[in-house]
Amino acid sequence: MEAFTTHTGRAVPLRRSNVDTDQIIPAHWLKKVTRDGFEDGLFEAWRKDPEFVLNSAAYKGGTVLVAGPDFGTGSSREHAVWALQNYGFKAVISSRFADIFRGNSLKNGLLTVVLPQETVDRLWKLVEADPAAEVTVDLVDRQVRAEGITADFELDENARWRLLEGLDDISLTLREDESIAAYEARRPSFKPSTVEV
Amino acid sequence: MGRTLAEKVWDDHVVRHAEGEPDLLFIDLHLLHEVTSPQAFDGLRKAGRTVRRTDLTLATEDHNTPTLDIDKPIADPVSRAQLETLRKNCAEFGVRLHPLGDVEQGVVHVVGPQLGLTQPGTTVVCGDSHTSTHGAFGALAFGIGTSQVEHVLATQTLPLAPFKTMAITVEGELPESVTAKDLILAIIAKIGTGGGQGYVIEYRGSAIEKLSMEARMTVCNMSIEAGARAGMIAPDETTFAYLEGRPHAPQGDDWDAAVAYWRTLRSDDDAVFDHEVVIDATELAPFVTWGTNPGQGAPLSESVPDPASFEDASEQFAAEKALEYMGLTAGQPLRDIAVDTVFVGSCTNGRIEDLRSAASVLSGHSVADGVRMLVVPGSVRVALQAVEEGLDKVFTAAGAEWRHAGCSMCLGMNPDQLAPGERSASTSNRNFEGRQGKGGRTHLVSPQVAAATAVLGHLASPADLSDAAVSTPVGA
Repeated sequence: MEAFTTHTGRAVPLRRSNVDTDQIIPAHWLKKVTRDGFEDGLFEAWRKDPEFVLNSAAYKGGTVLVAGPDFGTGSSREHAVWALQNYGFKAVISSRFADIFRGNSLKNGLLTVVLPQETVDRLWKLVEADPAAEVTVDLVDRQVRAEGITADFELDENARWRLLEGLDDISLTLREDESIAAYEARRPSFKPSTVEV
Repeated sequence: MGRTLAEKVWDDHVVRHAEGEPDLLFIDLHLLHEVTSPQAFDGLRKAGRTVRRTDLTLATEDHNTPTLDIDKPIADPVSRAQLETLRKNCAEFGVRLHPLGDVEQGVVHVVGPQLGLTQPGTTVVCGDSHTSTHGAFGALAFGIGTSQVEHVLATQTLPLAPFKTMAITVEGELPESVTAKDLILAIIAKIGTGGGQGYVIEYRGSAIEKLSMEARMTVCNMSIEAGARAGMIAPDETTFAYLEGRPHAPQGDDWDAAVAYWRTLRSDDDAVFDHEVVIDATELAPFVTWGTNPGQGAPLSESVPDPASFEDASEQFAAEKALEYMGLTAGQPLRDIAVDTVFVGSCTNGRIEDLRSAASVLSGHSVADGVRMLVVPGSVRVALQAVEEGLDKVFTAAGAEWRHAGCSMCLGMNPDQLAPGERSASTSNRNFEGRQGKGGRTHLVSPQVAAATAVLGHLASPADLSDAAVSTPVGA
């Protein structure tokens, strides 16, 4: 996984709540068997609308998505995270994320930042008034900064450390092989097995 | 202090606990399908890793599979390639697979329980958000992303952040024609699509205890639609009776040991939940969605709400957008909404009881002119059972299409889709924009409402049919 320390870029205001993963990347894109090439599928249906924010020249090249509450609800498709990253987003800010989407994002180095809706509103106003305004998402200090806005955010220490170091979860877990084997040895015999009967 | 059901199952799976770190949990059952696994197998291959426990892993094909002409090569080359990738990966890594055409093939969340693999007190994961279905057995079951699929394949464990607990207690008797689907739609409308965020929900109370296993699966299935990490129901005699004799249920002494353990899987009387919700079952009615998320629903007897009636500005805006997408007007009675398509199926409502329920309403009636009705069993086993009971004949006699098992019209990954602007009454789980096909409009309903809607051509409950003719119960 690519490490995330701090990122500064222009922000894209997405004034929608309940942005589900079917909107982020529609199902027909999920037939691909790679982790890349999803950028054209990102918000595919909404991008057909010329008024949609991603079609605005002013927000071209934005790397921080500022979205309404309950971002990433619905399907567990990690393709939603890949699509955002393939398109160029490094971070997403919202007042609330769906659990599975959040987990997926942090495993891929896409930083999802939870800020109060009031702060999200201020960020929207700022970048709508000045699309060139820069927003810094600083994982080292756990802080989002923009002109007139300084907002601390929470992220548990373990998740932060993994992101800062760009650590691969599987390698870390494989160090626990002895604990896993010990658990397996004491697992009751009545537990299910998929071996054909 | 006592522990909740979810906490007990969690505690029994901790491989390693360390302060300030996520617990490492052992995974008892890992289910796979073609959509969320290819990149995970690729990751294993690149790192030179193997599948640690092929004996705890099972794959099936469901999302891409067609429900017609299954003996012919799959027409869409991209879908075909994805299914072929799963077959190749399962062969290479030694994973049991039930491909299209196999008697055990079907929607992954229908297949696991019917094989008896989903058991109380187990941890079940799948790269699919509707894995919450398996919580109906008192399993801790949740959907995971592809990175986690790879992690479980390689280690049979997952590092997991702690969860909060929520009790949703449903007391009283559900009125006639009110099903598990109406109940869960009403719950989601009440707590919202983000209401369960961070929680494992335990459904309890007399109304839940009376539900069959299949109805419990319908409830737990849609826990994710309330944003919950998982939904669970404490195992009881209904659970044990469902499991006994299934191919992968414990046998002999193992069965006795298993049942003794399963009986301990109840929230202690002094357990404290982080949040509690109480619902009166007697007040519930057939429930349908009018919007573009599963929380935007109302009793069928009501009207499309006025966006201005919502207190929260973002909900108002969401309702306005939803009405615009759905082509609906505030104040329009929900019963006046005409549909083009009715879909009965999916991991939510594609089991034998769902088909019986739809058939009993449909029996003696015909699907309205201009309406197409698709009935898609959740698995080949469900299809065989339905044929044995003659349900397929009830559907086809009424003018519905009887299809092969799969995810079908629940999501736009196979040929079964809505055309732009088409409107469905669907027993599936998501009414998101474009979920059933680009520009398609979805109303989530129960199998009974689906069948009544097919007959009358507009959203309707079985009671609406009684004036026209008396329906005859199937299998009675």
